[in-house]
Amino acid sequence: MGWFGHRRSGPRAKERLQLVLIHDRTDLTAQELSALKDEILEVIARHVEFESDAVQIAVEHDGRSQRLVADIPLRSVTRRRAA
Amino acid sequence: MTAQVITLSSGKGGVGKTTAVANIAVALAADGAKVVCIDGDIGLRNLDVVLGLENRIVYDIVDVIEGRCKLRQAMIRDKHLAGLHLIPAAQTRDKTAVSPSDMVRICNELRPEHDYILIDSPAGIERGFRNAIAAADRVFVVTNPEVSAVRDADRVIGILEAEEKRGPALIINRLNAALVRQNDMLSAEDVLDLLGIPLIGIVPEDQTVIVSSNHGTPVAQDPRSRAGQAFRNIAKRVRGEEVPFMGADKQGGLWDRLQKMRGRR
Repeated sequence: MGWFGHRRSGPRAKERLQLVLIHDRTDLTAQELSALKDEILEVIARHVEFESDAVQIAVEHDGRSQRLVADIPLRSVTRRRAA
Repeated sequence: MTAQVITLSSGKGGVGKTTAVANIAVALAADGAKVVCIDGDIGLRNLDVVLGLENRIVYDIVDVIEGRCKLRQAMIRDKHLAGLHLIPAAQTRDKTAVSPSDMVRICNELRPEHDYILIDSPAGIERGFRNAIAAADRVFVVTNPEVSAVRDADRVIGILEAEEKRGPALIINRLNAALVRQNDMLSAEDVLDLLGIPLIGIVPEDQTVIVSSNHGTPVAQDPRSRAGQAFRNIAKRVRGEEVPFMGADKQGGLWDRLQKMRGRR
């Protein structure tokens, strides 16, 4: 049954579990993860310019192992000169 | 022969560990194997009632450990299956009456004369669970397709990894196919994807399980029960047979995925 016409609960259960399991396995809370992302970007920003709107940093899991995956598109030099 | 020791654990209580132990044991013994079940839940014993043997208990596992009887005297023979025995838990003691080395010693004494020793772990991840996995050659983690059960199963799997127990396998119990079809239950594929360990069985939600536990006759002995069939299939996989997962063919693509999961380790 939809919850007050919202989407089905199965996919929601899976999404919630994905987040909970990442935190349980890494002992990293959502707040700590967010702080970690900010600090990583701060360091990177000291060296190169990047497209901050397109940055993706997330913990992904493959079977029993998890990895911190960062996708940070760098701004090209030519574009920077043009700007 | 030397028995394989298989422990069933779950972390969360109420997911069907005891029912699974009883049914896998019955199915193995019905196929001619010599099986002993050990109730590891000291103080909250239940495997005796699920097997319908509660009136036959004289001695229990703590009596064995504390030297009040021989191991053989605490082994209760099943009513129907000559190859099946139960070693009951003590009801008036707690988990501290048993140590991991006691379990290893008892299992080693049982190994030469049996094919399988099945241990029913208590809920939780403390002493009773540690006792139950101490002697295990394999651990089956039982879960339900439900958020809290999957989370607790993940904790148990993490502890087993840390203990370097050989790759555990998953039993997904009480899967409701109708709810999965309408997207209101985690599918078997979802649970496998989240927990990342191979599958040993999917047991459908089935009212016959409750009826048979009322009678004290495990559902694996009922040829018409779907859950009973699922437990018989698990027993066959334990013995090394390749058996397709029930209902998997109807869910499109799941079958291939399950085969892949099984082959992962």
